[in-house]
Amino acid sequence: MTEYLTTIGLEFHAELKTKTKIFCSCPTDAGGEPNTHVCPVCLGLPGVLPVLNRHAVELAVMAGLALNCQIAEYSKFDRKNYFYPDLPKGYQVTQYPMPICHDGYIDLPLADGAVRHVRINRIHLEEDAGKLVHSGEHIQDSHYSLPDYNRAAVPLIEIVTEPDITSAEEARNFGESLRLILLYAGVSDVRMEQGSLRCDVNISVRPADSAALGVKVEIKNLNSFRSVYRAIQYEEQRQRELLAGGGSVVQETRLWDEASGETRAMRSKEDAHDYRYFPEPDLVPVVIDAAWLAEIAEKLPELPAARQQRFESELGLSHYDAGQLVISPPLARFFDAVYTLFPEAKTVANWLLGDISRLLNESDAELDAVPLDASEFAYLLSEVKKGAINQASAKTVLEEMFRQGGKAAEIIAAHGFAQISDSGALQAQVEQVLIANAQPVADYRAGKKAALGFLVGQVMKQTRGQANPAMVRELLEKALESEN
Amino acid sequence: MSERRIISRDDAEHVARLAHLRFTEAEMTDCMEKLGSILEYMQELQKIDTTGVAPTTHVLPLTNVFRADEPGETLPRERALANAPAREGGSFKVPRII
Ligand SMILES: [Zn+2]
Repeated sequence: MTEYLTTIGLEFHAELKTKTKIFCSCPTDAGGEPNTHVCPVCLGLPGVLPVLNRHAVELAVMAGLALNCQIAEYSKFDRKNYFYPDLPKGYQVTQYPMPICHDGYIDLPLADGAVRHVRINRIHLEEDAGKLVHSGEHIQDSHYSLPDYNRAAVPLIEIVTEPDITSAEEARNFGESLRLILLYAGVSDVRMEQGSLRCDVNISVRPADSAALGVKVEIKNLNSFRSVYRAIQYEEQRQRELLAGGGSVVQETRLWDEASGETRAMRSKEDAHDYRYFPEPDLVPVVIDAAWLAEIAEKLPELPAARQQRFESELGLSHYDAGQLVISPPLARFFDAVYTLFPEAKTVANWLLGDISRLLNESDAELDAVPLDASEFAYLLSEVKKGAINQASAKTVLEEMFRQGGKAAEIIAAHGFAQISDSGALQAQVEQVLIANAQPVADYRAGKKAALGFLVGQVMKQTRGQANPAMVRELLEKALESEN
Repeated sequence: MSERRIISRDDAEHVARLAHLRFTEAEMTDCMEKLGSILEYMQELQKIDTTGVAPTTHVLPLTNVFRADEPGETLPRERALANAPAREGGSFKVPRII
């Protein structure tokens, strides 16, 4: 049987986190009434002049730095011409021959411990299109469309990889890794389900003994990395079967259908890709000199790989625990804030990945959206460490702070959770228990050491769980041994 | 000039189709001639030796013209839709594509 190799390249569009559009001062917030976040510039009315949003340039450069790209000292804008009603001007302003970033990469860790070096060809700045609302149930049976230009000209970066990816698994991992990097860099919300991050796939298949790449198919309409994974698996199989049966793959764009789990050929016009790019005369070139580049680089936060490395090698967390923290920026930030005040990494990680993660799952919330305060939590951990409060009470205090905020010390006091660690007070409790439990005491003295556990339990019960168990054990042992 | 056929009939029709333009026979001939003369001028320019000359990407001696990322005024929706040939509620209305 012929073996086949799969070659995959990915294209991402990420909406930049600016307050305003790329060439005008309309707001970028989603959710407004249709056609209310528009102005003469983003509607493409005659006689207007676009002016570039400086922050969009900075975010694009930041994305480039985060993805190990070269930053172009000189870049410029071009018009990509095509007619589609989501594009009010009849062209999209983008960057064609001179993108703002080029030649980057992500080193993707593979399951077997090796690394896949996936090259990034380019990152360019461009404007988003509007949204078309169709009149019928399905696009096929609608007779007209209702364009909403609120999203038109929201700044985007397009990130294009080289065809260095070889499987559905790698493509999904690459996507997730890229998403996390952009999230850490703070350049985009990267919410695939809301369209602030989009991914298209270019895929071809060829027999293993053939040097030339196979015919490339583009897959669109992928709304999650799970869809990316499934669509690649489907398309890989479809193309292999075509080739194995003596057929050939047609170069085309196919749409992923989430419900049926298939890709379908998209009807397209033959001229669809004749974009007749030419330089945008209304926008002047962008020059990023060393000083500006250094200023932007200065603002770049710690990235996921660096944080993972720091958690493992500096703080001694396991690879797994570090990975679990790094994958959620709010969790990782909270970890750092608590660790500064309570520098026992393993303990902090256990609480975060245990009880706090459970509470987050139950309430379907992100850690930065709940009232739990890092310094109060650190105080709680130090009280546990001192033996001033036991583990079970600490969990109750944590839950209360998680739901309502508040100060750990006040909650401990309000519940009467302070653990009895005063040896005088405990000694009295121990003596009472010894008198009330003559049989276990006799058993212990006869050599049944297991009776000690029962006696510790009795003291705990009598103090409603507030006794310091280690001290109780010690006091009991002392009393039982001495009076023997 | 037109007999020199700098631009072919096929090219002219292709460009017209991309621009969503439909021409009569006479208009097409006229367009081909005019486009041809523009292209001919370009051929003249291409004869110039540009060795050692940096490519021009923009005609203005300006770079880095920016605006701050601060929200400004938007157009009231009624005004935004004022020139729309067709509308429905708060939206433009256009024929379905594809
Ligand atoms: Zn606008």
